[in-house]
Amino acid sequence: MIKFNHVTKEYPKGAALTDVSFHVPKGEFCFLTGHSGAGKTTALKLIYLAELPTSGDVRVSGFSSARIAPREVPRLRRRLGIVFQDFRLLEDRTAEENVAFALEVTGARRSSIGPRVMRALTQVGLAGKAHQYPRELSGGEQQRVAIARALVNDPVVLLADEPTGNLDERATRGIFQLLRDINAAGTAVLMATHDLDLVKSLDGAHLVELQHGSVAYDSAEEAVGAEPDAP
Amino acid sequence: MNLVLRETMLAFRRAPLLSALSVTTIAFSLFVFGLFGLVTVNIQRVIGNVAERVEVVAYLRRGTPAEAVTVAMSDIQAFPEVESVTQVTEAQALARARRELPEFQDIFQDLESNPLPASLDVRLKPEFRDASHAGLVADRLKGFDFVDDVRYGSDWVAKLDHLRNIAGAVGVVVGAAFALVAVIIIGTTIRMAVLHRSTEIAIMRLVGATDGFIRRPFLLEGLLKGLLGGTLALALCYGAFELVNAYLLRADFFTTGQALVGVGVGGLIGLAGSLVSIGRHLRSV
Repeated sequence: MIKFNHVTKEYPKGAALTDVSFHVPKGEFCFLTGHSGAGKTTALKLIYLAELPTSGDVRVSGFSSARIAPREVPRLRRRLGIVFQDFRLLEDRTAEENVAFALEVTGARRSSIGPRVMRALTQVGLAGKAHQYPRELSGGEQQRVAIARALVNDPVVLLADEPTGNLDERATRGIFQLLRDINAAGTAVLMATHDLDLVKSLDGAHLVELQHGSVAYDSAEEAVGAEPDAP
Repeated sequence: MNLVLRETMLAFRRAPLLSALSVTTIAFSLFVFGLFGLVTVNIQRVIGNVAERVEVVAYLRRGTPAEAVTVAMSDIQAFPEVESVTQVTEAQALARARRELPEFQDIFQDLESNPLPASLDVRLKPEFRDASHAGLVADRLKGFDFVDDVRYGSDWVAKLDHLRNIAGAVGVVVGAAFALVAVIIIGTTIRMAVLHRSTEIAIMRLVGATDGFIRRPFLLEGLLKGLLGGTLALALCYGAFELVNAYLLRADFFTTGQALVGVGVGGLIGLAGSLVSIGRHLRSV
């Protein structure tokens, strides 16, 4: 469903990704790991097409970076849920309004917004705090609001860029469990993280490790033995 | 539309200070432009008043038959440049001279016969009150054989033309400069509003809002700010006008049409400023 095909991304400062290929099938839980600067965030940006590859092709849910028209990009993004380390909530809106915002600006039917927002907030365990503002919530709760916002459009994949990077250990475990629950309910999750403890705690998850912009390890490739020179 | 309107109102409510600041900035830059407009309107009015005196006078030979004059008058009336033709008889000319030139009272008193000729006073339509058209009409009047002489004060009409040209050129150049400054200031103000909401724009894009959708509340916001600023500028202009009227000189204010156009221009500048700012922002992120 997400497929990187010999993707290279060069910036004026140098290459961020070099000949990267990997595949995240539907419904999978996939970790994207690597040190800061290894290219994790760039890879995610290529998925939601905030950036276009310099060469190669990124395919996401039927769209191809090589052929997509700019006006189709919003349609692609409506199939994705995106979560960041810094939550990116609107400070002057309540939790409920933040989640509803994602539906309103994509032209959802007004009558459907209320129930869908409540369902998403319930799913992340924040139904009781719908009317609170981000500043009144803890970091973990704010990230839950962000996840609810990402889920409310029923995405096929949830992209999470260091979602626990700003959280203490307890909140980290809570958020991670939530992402696993979401995955168990059928949504693919692609989580960029450098927290190896998290990665180790989930047996059988797909793991793609980036080093200096190249794939250093891909557990899926190892399983089929297609990449003999992998470490 | 409902949502666009709500988001626009929210923008005003959530950042009241910034909104008030942009409306005030827009108001003051349009105020300066409006003051200049008032000056222009009044100069035009003065020039128009002076131009009203542009009149071509055809002096008639003595003994011209009345029928010939009547026929000629309807011909002259049919000239495209002509607003009206009035016949002034010799007796009327003398009466007018006595009234308008009291310092020569004694001379007029002692007259045995009337030395003043009868004349046709030809008034031109407002758009033809300049030297070239007056000259044209004068030449045509000279063609009537009962016309002895034609006068239209060619010297001062030429000066009036010159004055009008200067006023027009200054109006266009200074007006364009003021308008440009207003557009730049208003554009910057709206750019601030856009930057203030850049997080919101980024989130809208992430969740898949189209650029057209993102643009709409900003356009409405710009339009409303422009209209509000224009209205405020109009009020300021009116205040300034009342002050000038009370303490300095009799001036004219904008007509209702001009005032509406002014406020409308404010709205348009706001809309255009938003269009440019949000467009630039959307391209840059």
